Amino acid sequence: MKEKFIEKFKEALDADGKDIRLEDRFRDYDEWDSLRYLSVIAMIDSEFDIIIETAEFKKIETVGGLIEEVEKRIKG
Amino acid sequence: MAFQKIENVKISGIAACVPKAVERNINSSAFLSEEDAGKFIAATGIKERRIALPETCSSDLCYHAASKLIDQLGWNRKDIDCLIFITQTPDYIVPATSCILQDRLGLPTDCYAFDITLGCSGWVYGISILGSLLSSGNFKKGLLLVGETTSKTKSPSDKSTYPLFGDAGTATTMEYSPGYDPMYFHTGTDGSKHKAIYIPDGAFRNPTIIQSLQSEEIEPGIIRNRLQYIMDGGSVFIFSITKPPQSIRILLENAGKPKEVIDYFFLHQANKIMVEKIIEKLKIPLEKTPSCFELFGNTSMSSIPLTMVTCKREEFENSKLHHVTCGFGSGLSWASGYIVTDCIVCPELVEI
Repeated sequence: MKEKFIEKFKEALDADGKDIRLEDRFRDYDEWDSLRYLSVIAMIDSEFDIIIETAEFKKIETVGGLIEEVEKRIKG
Repeated sequence: MAFQKIENVKISGIAACVPKAVERNINSSAFLSEEDAGKFIAATGIKERRIALPETCSSDLCYHAASKLIDQLGWNRKDIDCLIFITQTPDYIVPATSCILQDRLGLPTDCYAFDITLGCSGWVYGISILGSLLSSGNFKKGLLLVGETTSKTKSPSDKSTYPLFGDAGTATTMEYSPGYDPMYFHTGTDGSKHKAIYIPDGAFRNPTIIQSLQSEEIEPGIIRNRLQYIMDGGSVFIFSITKPPQSIRILLENAGKPKEVIDYFFLHQANKIMVEKIIEKLKIPLEKTPSCFELFGNTSMSSIPLTMVTCKREEFENSKLHHVTCGFGSGLSWASGYIVTDCIVCPELVEI
């Protein structure tokens, strides 16, 4: 699940060769902007059938945090 | 649940009008760089938009669409019993713009005329409202005008709104027609998110004060004042990829129509990323979802009839078609409709 998420996350950011770590604060990436944010929301919906609402998304800071949220909801 | 079946009424014509002036997003001053503009165009698919002159109102665009349509239909204007105008950019706060249009279009003084304030759900809502009014046979002929000069409510220095929207006005005629194929509608509202798309000042909750005109930099590339449109892109995106597909599924299920019998799905032309996501979720073929956002942007409530006119005009004139339409936007408000048209009058796009 982690590997799949990171691979799809890179695609959503349009940053194929990027080295992504769980502790990365994704909002600090050069690639991050409001359009990439929408791509990530859309990716999580397409790949995991999960919608993370704006208020919840704001609370998540790292790539690992995003993965945890998705995992929690898959189990939930 | 807001599900409706409306009988004995049909659409007899659809026309659209846009301003002649084209603004290309690649050169738009809304972006800080051409690279930014390029990224925006790649994601939203919006290359250019039509921008109304300062003196052109939504009602002017609708007037020209309506005049051409009524003439091509050969209708006597005195036979039009009902006029509905839907906009978020009226001529004045008072009176209703529909009253001005009644006079300008030469409709009779015993015409039933009123305005409705709705955004991108407006055309589908309007068809259901005018359809309901005509279905009893009390009124025989009705005119639905929907349009917006979206460019006038956005800050040209706000990259999160200005380059998305274009101006357009449309006219749709409907008439009482006993025994015609029924129309079906599903509608929804979530006012808890009314601030996802809104203009804070200028009406009566927050009247215009001097501070309303003070521009504020929200973040780099987003400068606006309190009389200009604010959009929470993330919330609107989530709304757009959840409610519309759900509403279309409910509509088809309640109407008892499998999606295979639908010739075209006319989705509100918000932008590429939203429209493609809805198509993906509904699992419908791309060729059944005509699209005009590339050349006109998001034209608010006009986007569905504008797509019909600019993409499928000849088919509308020459064949019987089964459509699903879905509008969604400010409110938040959404509406889906199943509509059958049969060789209607559909003039070429009017440009003024």
